[in-house]
Amino acid sequence: MEQYLTQIAPEQRSLETKNLNVYYGGTIHKLHDVSLQIPQNAITALIGASGSSKSTFLRSLNRMNDKVAKVTGQIIYAGIDINHKDINVYQLRKQIGMVFQRPNPFAKSIYDNITYALKANGVKDSAVLDQAVEDSLRAAALWDEVKDSLHKSALALSGGQQQRLCIARALAMKPDILLLDEPASALDPVSTAKLEETLKQLRDQYTMVMVTHNMQQASRISDYTAFFHMGNIVEYDRTEKIFTTPRVTLTEQYINGSFG
Amino acid sequence: MSDKKHTHTHQLQQASRETRHEWYGKTITLASVVGIIILVVAIIYFIGQRGLAAFTTDHVKVTDFLFSADWNPLDGKQYVGAAAMIVTSFLVMILATLLAVPFALALGIFMTEFTKKRLTKYLQIMIELLAGIPSVVYGFLGVTIIVPAIRTIFGGAGFGILAGILVLFVMVLPTITSLTIDALKGVPAQYRQASLALGATWWQTTSKVILRAATPGILTAIIFGMARAFGEALAVQMVIGNAVLMPHNLISPAATLTSQLTSQLGNTVNGTLANNALWSLALFLLLMSLAFNLVVRIIGKRKG
Repeated sequence: MEQYLTQIAPEQRSLETKNLNVYYGGTIHKLHDVSLQIPQNAITALIGASGSSKSTFLRSLNRMNDKVAKVTGQIIYAGIDINHKDINVYQLRKQIGMVFQRPNPFAKSIYDNITYALKANGVKDSAVLDQAVEDSLRAAALWDEVKDSLHKSALALSGGQQQRLCIARALAMKPDILLLDEPASALDPVSTAKLEETLKQLRDQYTMVMVTHNMQQASRISDYTAFFHMGNIVEYDRTEKIFTTPRVTLTEQYINGSFG
Repeated sequence: MSDKKHTHTHQLQQASRETRHEWYGKTITLASVVGIIILVVAIIYFIGQRGLAAFTTDHVKVTDFLFSADWNPLDGKQYVGAAAMIVTSFLVMILATLLAVPFALALGIFMTEFTKKRLTKYLQIMIELLAGIPSVVYGFLGVTIIVPAIRTIFGGAGFGILAGILVLFVMVLPTITSLTIDALKGVPAQYRQASLALGATWWQTTSKVILRAATPGILTAIIFGMARAFGEALAVQMVIGNAVLMPHNLISPAATLTSQLTSQLGNTVNGTLANNALWSLALFLLLMSLAFNLVVRIIGKRKG
């Protein structure tokens, strides 16, 4: 299969997979030898048709596929292979946070949603918690909208606000990397625009990997784009190159909408 | 052509089989509903009327009934004090439920979070089986196993509140467990994912997110279990000893509202004070079940 993968300079790599394979139920081979270098402080978009395994790939990165699928190969983060049974996945997920397709705040107050993980991690000082709530809500561009209703149920927020709350909740743990699994797919265009604005502002401090079905979205906000096809990466390059001068025919066809 | 058009109008203006079926269906449904409403109202009216007779016809004081522990209605109106039975009923209900809830929660969590499909299925069948065993069988088991065991361990006759609690524990467990399972299943799977993705452990996720989200449903399960414990008559009557005494410990004989009803209803004559006093117990039970219903409604509303 024709393939083009750009290389990221070693000192700029935040995360790297080497020959990552994912199997479901022992026999279904979902991901084939995916090797990808993800740059730090940038947004990397994963695009591809439904079933191309981009979400499977994303969920392997913070070990959410544990007990769901068999993942082989290496995932290098901070110089170590995190796809290893000795890795403390709880610690890992604090450093590699995740935001899901559908907004999934807990049935708790806005405040408690954000402090949940901190408290589970042993933080008790209320001044620290208050500060974390404000900081992460500001970072997720939600503070001004909810600062007067922090103790109201998170479920009363709109879908877009809920999704930004989920980002704030992930940011409260001060992760290095944020994995986003189609974060805007359940949102209306206005909420999507706000969410994208938020993600752009977060780019300076976080490495983000985002699965998206929306190619305009990928071209609008991502720095790098990887095109997945049937469990393989076909092409990986800077986003403007993928969308203007793709090197692989399959990529060009997908971008132009002639298949998929 | 014009003929055909004519027939069409004709058919459109006529009642058809569908029209009649529709009418039959609606009528039968409505009649059934009205019938049931009449039945319920009649039951409440009848119990209310008979239950109040002790107070209206026989001039028993309501305060005596509720707060006195002197129960001997054959001796006159000042001996219609149900307090001992009321206290025993509540005691048995609360302790049996307290004992059952941790097991029900553990089973519920185990069955919704942990197990392989097949084991879950077998456990489900076991729980349904427990729920389906007639109460007389539980009572029989209680008399045969629990009462002698208590007699051996603690001395005394073995009949008493403890025996009642242990029998009720087994009886309310399936009720609370299966409703708890429903409540836990109702928690969106994405809560679990969200929590795990934040680095929380399985246990943190279960105790702080899943159980918390399922709390209204679990409370409902507990109330239903309490209602079952409060209302169970036969099995309790078989093991509790049936002495209307204010309970001082858990192993001396006692009587609940329901056990007194089942053991005494054959011994009184219709229309006498002793009979009316039993109806008053029945009325109290009815009001309690109404209260349980109300609590469940309130919890349900708060959830929505």
